[in-house]
Amino acid sequence: MFDLDAWREIFQSINKNKLRAMLSGFTVAFAILLFTLLFGIVNGLQNFFTQAFVDDADNSMFVRTWQTSKPYKGLQSGRRIQLKNEHLDYIVEAHPEKIQHISARKYLNVRITYKTKQDNYNIRAVHPDHRYLEKTIIDEGRFLNQLDLNQKNKVIVIGRLVKKDLFGERIALGKYVNVNDISYKIVGVFSDEGGDREERNVYMPITTAQSLYGNNDYIDNILIGYNPRLTIDRAVAFGNRLERELRQKLNIHPDDQSALSIRNMAEANKNVGQLTTALFFIVIFVGSGTLIAGVIGISNIMIFSIKERTKEFGIRKALGAKPASIISMVVKESLLITSIAGYLGLVLGTFILSQIGDSLEKYFIYNPSVSSGIVIGATVTLIIAGLLAGYLPAKKAAQIKPIVALRAD
Amino acid sequence: MIRIEGLHKSYPIGKDSLHVLKGLDLHIKEGEFVSIMGSSGSGKSTLLNIVGLLDVHDVGNYYLNNQLIEKLNEKKAAVLRNKFLGFVFQSFNLISYKTALENVALPLYYKGVGRKERLKIALEYLEKVELGPWAEHLPNELSGGQKQRVAIARALATKPKVILADEPTGALDSTTTDSVMDLLKGINDEGMTVFVITHEEEVAEQTDRIVRLKDGVIISDELTESGKSKAKNYV
Repeated sequence: MFDLDAWREIFQSINKNKLRAMLSGFTVAFAILLFTLLFGIVNGLQNFFTQAFVDDADNSMFVRTWQTSKPYKGLQSGRRIQLKNEHLDYIVEAHPEKIQHISARKYLNVRITYKTKQDNYNIRAVHPDHRYLEKTIIDEGRFLNQLDLNQKNKVIVIGRLVKKDLFGERIALGKYVNVNDISYKIVGVFSDEGGDREERNVYMPITTAQSLYGNNDYIDNILIGYNPRLTIDRAVAFGNRLERELRQKLNIHPDDQSALSIRNMAEANKNVGQLTTALFFIVIFVGSGTLIAGVIGISNIMIFSIKERTKEFGIRKALGAKPASIISMVVKESLLITSIAGYLGLVLGTFILSQIGDSLEKYFIYNPSVSSGIVIGATVTLIIAGLLAGYLPAKKAAQIKPIVALRAD
Repeated sequence: MIRIEGLHKSYPIGKDSLHVLKGLDLHIKEGEFVSIMGSSGSGKSTLLNIVGLLDVHDVGNYYLNNQLIEKLNEKKAAVLRNKFLGFVFQSFNLISYKTALENVALPLYYKGVGRKERLKIALEYLEKVELGPWAEHLPNELSGGQKQRVAIARALATKPKVILADEPTGALDSTTTDSVMDLLKGINDEGMTVFVITHEEEVAEQTDRIVRLKDGVIISDELTESGKSKAKNYV
């Protein structure tokens, strides 16, 4: 198959027609470059949106309450809505199969003192499941457990930055600190990908907080992790149903948005999914447009160059060249140029994307990259197009009678 | 070597057709040096194209080397051209991006001769036309006479049976014309059949036999002085 003489002819022909070779090569390289960059940037957009929701579990729901804005069942507007343990218990009992994790959250602002150092911190009093809902990472020790809740233990889990503030490089685990003058034992240190603010939080058992600070069964928020086996649509429906049920239990007008809301990650996921789908179609549209432009570019150059060489083909035929040898010469030439140029475009595009990295994050583009399958597919498409673009006019030129070809000028 | 019987050829021009060759009969034996004379439009180039398998005839028989030429496809024609025929054109038709040596070697490439071997043969033929020192020059670095000598070397390289020359001196001045004709004469003396098309009386005079064409028919076919003396020598 490898015919050194034939390739020598091809190299000579390319070498003597550098401008033509460079033009067609440039067309291909540019098309692949654009295609790669385009795909990479869209991937970057997707990466950004995916990353933006990475802090909390992607199956989480967040129940929050404020004041009513509409009178309902004889109750005035402006009434403060207070969630209680019973609401959390109701959710667990009513929808056991739809819930993977659940936790209450109660906020306290406290002063924590260790030896001479002290500062104000936010405490989140929670259930043990909270660590999954917030994607808390345990660096040292452990998170709160059911035993802590049952016994209302005075234990806390502190954020990485809280430890840094109060203990510096020294050991914090097992030490006792004063939280508003009550002594708590540190049983764990955590970190969180959500950033510095998250790492200045402190977790304590919800039961401890309820008995020591107010002695009631109030909670501020409920966090739910829905069963990940639910489809997005069913998860959205579950969130809506839960919202209706809680409104009924709390005597809130069904349309009173400012009294209670459930932020459902399923809805956000659905939106991101729709956005991604839209982007995908845009990419298919623009990407195939780029490729078609590339194909037309090669075809034009090939048709022109073959027209230009009709006389040369006539001479070659008069000297004994068979039509097949002329077609093969042109096609191999086109194949060689498109392959090399396509590869260059691909390498250049991938290189540029790798240089961009995360420097465009403020434009919602994060770590743009392309899957090698897609760009190689695009390159192969262009190479095949180049093959056809060479083959069709070459076949026609090779069929011209040599006498006509010789007359051409 | 070349035998033509009742040859007709027409070209379509729009809806009409132009009847160019109107029943030619011609027999050229091996080793002859023949010229076809005629003004432009007489059909002489058409005849050469048919003889050279560059074009096909409509009616009649054409035997090349005793082989009836019919139903030729491009591939078969290419093989026959490569094997039996060497072309010399008025406009030289050298490939501009190939050196003189590579141009001469090109028909050998299509014959399937290895690179080393064909460059060696090509150089021999270039030396034969006294262009050895110009082997590495490109066509545009050569004079018209030199280009035509390269073309002749190229035509000879595959050792064909017949050299077909279409107005070989048409683009040359009188001095170079003589040198090219001398070269063709020398080739003929070595036994090769040479078939020249020309409209120049002086050129035709240097061949052995002149066939005159007018409006697609042969009006005369006679030996020149040199042809007569050659014929006498044989007798």
